[in-house]
This record gives sequence, C-alpha cells and structure tokens, in this order.
Amino acid sequence: MTEKQIDDTIVGRGNKDGAALFRQWFDELNEVAAQGGQSAYVFVMGSMAEILRVFDLPVVFPEINSLQTAVRRVAHEYLDQAEDYGYSPDICGYVKADVAMQLRNGKHSMGRIPKPTIGVYTNACNTYIKWAEIWERMYEIPIFTFDVPGTRAAGTQTWPGDLDFENDCRYVAAQIKELIELCEEITDIKFDIDKLREIMGHANVMSRGWKQVLELNKSRPSLFNALTDGTIYLGVANGFRGTKEGADYFDELVEEMEYKAAQGIGTLTNEEYRLLFVGVPCYPIFRRFNELFTTQNGTFINSTYLWFASGGTNTGFEYDLDNPLDSLAEGILINVRDAMDSMFFQDKILIEMLDTYHADGVVYHPIKSCRTTSTGMADNRRALMADRDVPSLFIESDMMDRRVVSEAQLKNRIEAFFEGLATRKHQAAIEGF
Amino acid sequence: MLIKNRKSEIGNRMAQAVFTEWHGQPLDEILYECRELVEDTDFPTVRRWREAGGQVVGHFQVYFPEEIAHAAGMLPFKVRGAPIESVQADSRFGSYLCSILKTSLELVLSERVELEMFVTHPICDAARNLAAVWGRNYTYPCEILYLPQNANSSYSAQYLRGEYDRLKRGIEKIAGREITDDDLSASLAVFNENRALLRKLYAIKQDTPWLISADDAYVLVSVGGLIPREEHNDLLRTVLPKIKERAAKQQDKIRVVFEGGFCEQPPLDLIRAIGRSCYVVDDDLLIGMRWILEDVPLNGKDPLFNLAEAYLETSSYSPVQHDLRKPKEKMLLKRIKDSGAEAAIVTAAKMCEPGLEEQVAYTYALDAENISYFIGEFEENMTSFDSLEIQLETFVENLLFD
Repeated sequence: MTEKQIDDTIVGRGNKDGAALFRQWFDELNEVAAQGGQSAYVFVMGSMAEILRVFDLPVVFPEINSLQTAVRRVAHEYLDQAEDYGYSPDICGYVKADVAMQLRNGKHSMGRIPKPTIGVYTNACNTYIKWAEIWERMYEIPIFTFDVPGTRAAGTQTWPGDLDFENDCRYVAAQIKELIELCEEITDIKFDIDKLREIMGHANVMSRGWKQVLELNKSRPSLFNALTDGTIYLGVANGFRGTKEGADYFDELVEEMEYKAAQGIGTLTNEEYRLLFVGVPCYPIFRRFNELFTTQNGTFINSTYLWFASGGTNTGFEYDLDNPLDSLAEGILINVRDAMDSMFFQDKILIEMLDTYHADGVVYHPIKSCRTTSTGMADNRRALMADRDVPSLFIESDMMDRRVVSEAQLKNRIEAFFEGLATRKHQAAIEGF
Repeated sequence: MLIKNRKSEIGNRMAQAVFTEWHGQPLDEILYECRELVEDTDFPTVRRWREAGGQVVGHFQVYFPEEIAHAAGMLPFKVRGAPIESVQADSRFGSYLCSILKTSLELVLSERVELEMFVTHPICDAARNLAAVWGRNYTYPCEILYLPQNANSSYSAQYLRGEYDRLKRGIEKIAGREITDDDLSASLAVFNENRALLRKLYAIKQDTPWLISADDAYVLVSVGGLIPREEHNDLLRTVLPKIKERAAKQQDKIRVVFEGGFCEQPPLDLIRAIGRSCYVVDDDLLIGMRWILEDVPLNGKDPLFNLAEAYLETSSYSPVQHDLRKPKEKMLLKRIKDSGAEAAIVTAAKMCEPGLEEQVAYTYALDAENISYFIGEFEENMTSFDSLEIQLETFVENLLFD
C-alpha cells in the first residue's frame, strides 16, 4: 500500500467505525424493544456492564439517549413534556428527557428504547439514584444502588492493603455478589465465571487502549479533538464495554493514533492554542460550540468529561483474570472513585497537565443541569489561577436546555478569551526575542 | 501516636454552659431566647465554646453521627446555612445552586464561625462538592463522610462501622486523644436521651398541637445543633413539662404535615406563617437530629457498630437516602396517617434537586390517595411571605369549608 492508501485506511477510522458501532448499538436496542426483550438501564459512571453482559442483558444508557435528543435538536420537546408532567425546570435535563421518553413508550429520535428489566447505577452521581427511583415507580422493576465510596478529601486516596481501602473494597465485593444473585433471579441465567473472565478480558483491552489514546494526545499537533472526536470514542467505551467489538475498536484506535503521531498528522484545526476542557459538552449546539474555538485556532487536547464519563476507565486499570471477582471489586472501586475525583478534586491533575500536555489554557463549562460537575468549578478555577498564571475561561450554559444557551454571549466571551491568549503569545514572543 | 492537646482536655471537661440566657426564665421567655439564638447569624454559642478552649466539628446536613465528635469532647455544630448574604462564597460557586450551600461556606469565610474540622455527606450532587471546595480554602481537615447509599446490602452496616472508625481516627488526631468505647457509650446515652426528649416534643405537637406553635417547636429542636447536647437535654427537660401545663385552647385549624425541610431550612417567619393557619403535627425539619427513631443499644460490645446499624435499621426517611424498604411517597403517606394529618404542605428549597424531584412522586401519591396538599418552594433568605400566606389561607379555607 502507498502512504496515501495507508492514510486513507487508518486516519479517521476511529470516527467512522465509532459512528457505525453507535448506529449498530441503537439498531440492536430498537430490535430488543420491538421483541419486548429484557434490558438493563445503566449509567456511564460505573455501568457494571462486566456483570450484566454475563446475563446477556443489553445495556441502555439513558444519559446517552437524552444527550442524543439535544444533539438532534429535539430535546426541548422532551423537556417540555416532563415539565408538564410536574418536573421542575431546575432539575437535570437528562432526567427530564428520559422521563418524557418513557412516557412516549421509549420513542427516541434514533428509534425505540426497550423498557427496563432492571436499573443498575452507582452513587457517582446522586441524580442517578433519584432517576432510578422514577423507573422503580413507573415499571415496578428491581433497582440496584451500587454504592462505591469515593475519595474523602483531596489527596487522600487509599490503595490495596490500607485498612480503609479494604473496608470499601469488601463493601463493593459484597454488592457484586448481591447484584449477581439479582441478575440470576431476573434472567433465570446461571452466573458463569468464565464468561465474566472473557468479558473482563475485553474490558482490559479497552481500558488499556483508552488510557493510551488519551496520553497519545500529548502529541503536537494533537491527534484528536477531545470535545468532538473524544465524545465518539467515549460512546464506544461505554456502549461496548466488555465486548470483542469494543476491544477491537480500541486496539485499532490506538493504532490510528500511534500512526498519526508518527506521521505528525493532527486534526483539521490549525492548532495555535491547546486547551483543556472541564465539564460536560454543550450538546444543544454541540458542533457550533466547538467551532467557536476551532475557528480561533484553538483545539481541545483533553477533557475531564473523557475521564468521568468513561467511569474512570481512563486510569487504564486492568483486571486480574485469575482472580476475577476480587479484582472486579478492586477495579470498580478504583475506577468509579477516579471518575468522582475527576469532578470534585481535579484541580491538581489539571495543573500537572498544563505541562505534560503543553496546554495554553483551560475552559470551564459549568452547566445548569449538572450540579455534580458544576458546583465546585468556580473554586477549582480559583485554585488553578492561584497556582499558575494560565488563561482560563468560565462559561455557563447547559447540556440539554437550549433556553439557557446563549450563543451570542458565548461567542463574545470566547473571542475575548482568544484575544487574551493572542496577547500573551505575542508578549511571550517579544520577551523571548 | 496521639499528642495530648490542652484545648481538647479543656473542651472535654467544659462545665461552663454556652447557652444560659434561658436559665430560670418562664416558658415564654425561654422560647424567646431560643428564637433569638436560632436567628442569630453570629452563632454566639459556638463562639463561646471556642473561646473557652473547645473544638468544633462542623457537619453539613442531613445526618451526622455526632456521638463520635461528642465522645472526643468536641462540639458537633450542625452547619445548616443561615439567612445571610453570600458575599465571599458566591465567587466559589456556580449559578443554579441552593442557598444553603453558599451561606454555609459564607459562615466560615466571614469568620462568623470557626472550625477544627468540616464534614459533608453525599446527600446530593451539590453537597458532595463541599469537601473539595472547603478543603481548597482551609487547611483543617475537610472531608466527605460516605454514609452508605445502598442501605439494602448485607454488608452496609459493617461497612458503615468501618467508615465511622475512619472518622473516629480522624477526630482523635484533631482532639489529641483516644476515643474509647466507654466514651462512645457515654455519648450514645446523651444522644439517646436527646432523641427521646425530641420524640416527646413531637408527641405534644401531634397530640395537643395547640400547646406549642410550629415555630416554637422548631426552635426547640434547632437550638440543639448549636449547643452541647447535655445543655439541650437540660433545656428540653425543663420546657416539656411547662408546655404540657399550658392553658391554651384548641383552635379550628387543619392538621398538616410539612415536608421539604430536611436540608435547607425555611425562614422562621415562614414556619410561623404556616402555624397561623395550620397545626403542623409532623414534619421533616432538621430530620437528621431525629433520624434514629429508637435508643441505640448501650449494652453491645461495639458502640460504633450499634450506631451504624441504627442509622440503617431504625431510622426515618428523606429524599436523600434511598432504601428499598422506604419508598418516600409511601413513607409520607404513613407520616400523614400516623400523625392524623388532614393535608400536606409539600415544599422544596429553591434549586434543591432531590427535593424538587421528590415533589413529583409525593404529589402523584397524594393525588392517588385523595389527600389535599399545598405545594411550594422556599429559600432561607426569603423575607416576604404575604403572597404565600394568602395562598395558604385560601388552601385552608377550601379545606375547612369543602
């Protein structure tokens, strides 16, 4: 093959295949809904797919269903319906879009979502718990709160062998056994540890690959845009966790990124400013939001979203397949805890990344819908600015509700931010001259 | 190795009361002093405690195992915000947040309150951020106490016992002394008595609500989070018989349950306004202080385990705890039935996500049972109640003359 042919085969493969897998996943869910089959409603921060797949339970991610309505610009129809039902304008937009979807018998802009047989969710987001209670009431299904204790205070993470880590880990291990028993009961399928081992093996490949992909974006120019391309990869990381398709995808994605790094192939943006993104994307104007940065030659090289919304699998934690159940407990604890750290205690890691990723600035995007990610962001920014003289931008909007997204205001703020970045660059050039 | 700390020694043996204004006063004066203390945003009792050398653990709503801090000789101070302007705290938070979050931090930033430790809980998405925010602004320990969110796991109580042990070790370091099982048992006894006295107060509210107004009952509970619990016990032991002796007459008011006060607190004037047209026969105001419904056993060998088990097994309910055995709407219906209420006032603090979400389930359940309800939102800083009071009076009239 010529270099051009290799380029055509490899470059952009992650996006193309990711979109195809995503379509395939929704088609399969549509089929399950049509057949009236079983499904598990889960969330991105600790989906427990490793266990649920042992019982052949298709996983449905209501967060992803909801954000799709925003990307496809129909979220307002769902939000209005849920608010008419009684839900406040001041609660999570994802919840409301899902409530409306359930009231519409699963009708979604990409097809139909099956009804839940079980709801499984961690405590990584408290709204998960309230959300699952809605399904419990609507469908009278079993719901399972998978409680994963998080980091108690900044910098105090504990590790295997520590008294407190072991207490947390025993709690997680007990819940794994209880979830397995519940799954056996609702599916009438006997737990198969070898099947679990196989699924965990695929999950290992995906976690390893995800970590590598994120780290490869230290390259200059960056290999992918963390806000747009990264969200496609994230969709596969969640929807296909523990599957062979998912493992193959991440193997190939690593290959693509390594190839691009070796060849010096970046994104389409003329990369002048390398930015870190903190928070959840602005889905109601997803492409446009990104363009407000790329047209100013800014690109996102990493994002806290890619950490916490992958359930912390960015840690690259790999399970010990010789000791699957204990290792699963340890992995869930470490990963989900890390996902929570990425929302609450991320200031130190962001400061580190300014150097390791050669970042020029940090963009904070607090949103009305999500207090988990947004509550501490202003204080986080203060800490960052106290530690480093680095430009940062703080722009508020929403991940679902276009009523609180003002594109004109965002544009003004973003342009001013880039003017500041340009001035700094100019000043640095003069000083360095 | 624990270092003996002079301050905690003093704190542990502190005999000087921090709330004496009510001593020797008639009932109405006692209630007046309690109202004054609850509405004092300078928290003078906490200040007095510290001035006498005592140490303070600030714990955010809803429930905290105060016995552990108490056993170390520290004052567990219930951080519940305040009706103050959030001047400095605003710059630490984003928009779209409840008031209590901001004003709680404002209390320390403005130096109205000083702490040796701050503890928050994963009660909601906003509150769990507090440990990180607080910790970036203060060097003393600021942490999350991970109360179990899976109340139904066979391991939950054992896990919580371990988590309480972790908390105990942290408190010991600050207090500079070991907390023994005997210390814990003694503290459990103090808090058992406190909860028993509060149950008696609520029995009065329920059986003879004309003897104590809603706002007076509230301040009698609320003051407990501001003073040593022994002092609170003294206060309650003194006032409860006096309340029972009152010669007040029953009025033609409807009996209601107030729901929505589990975290951010409504202004006292709002509770007073409700009390003018209704008898509030039960509520979830400051439910954390009444979370454990029965005495924690004192005869067991492991006080921490007993306390952990009580949190899970003999406890109330709130929108911020999921327990398969306690669906919130069914628990509200039970609260209404058990208290003989005719209607419910279902409120939520502005921007309180769990409260607002629960309102939907509550109202659908109340509709299904054909129980009347008044729905509303409040904020700790609100100062005008005219409109709300008119709406409430209309609601009450509709019920009375229906």
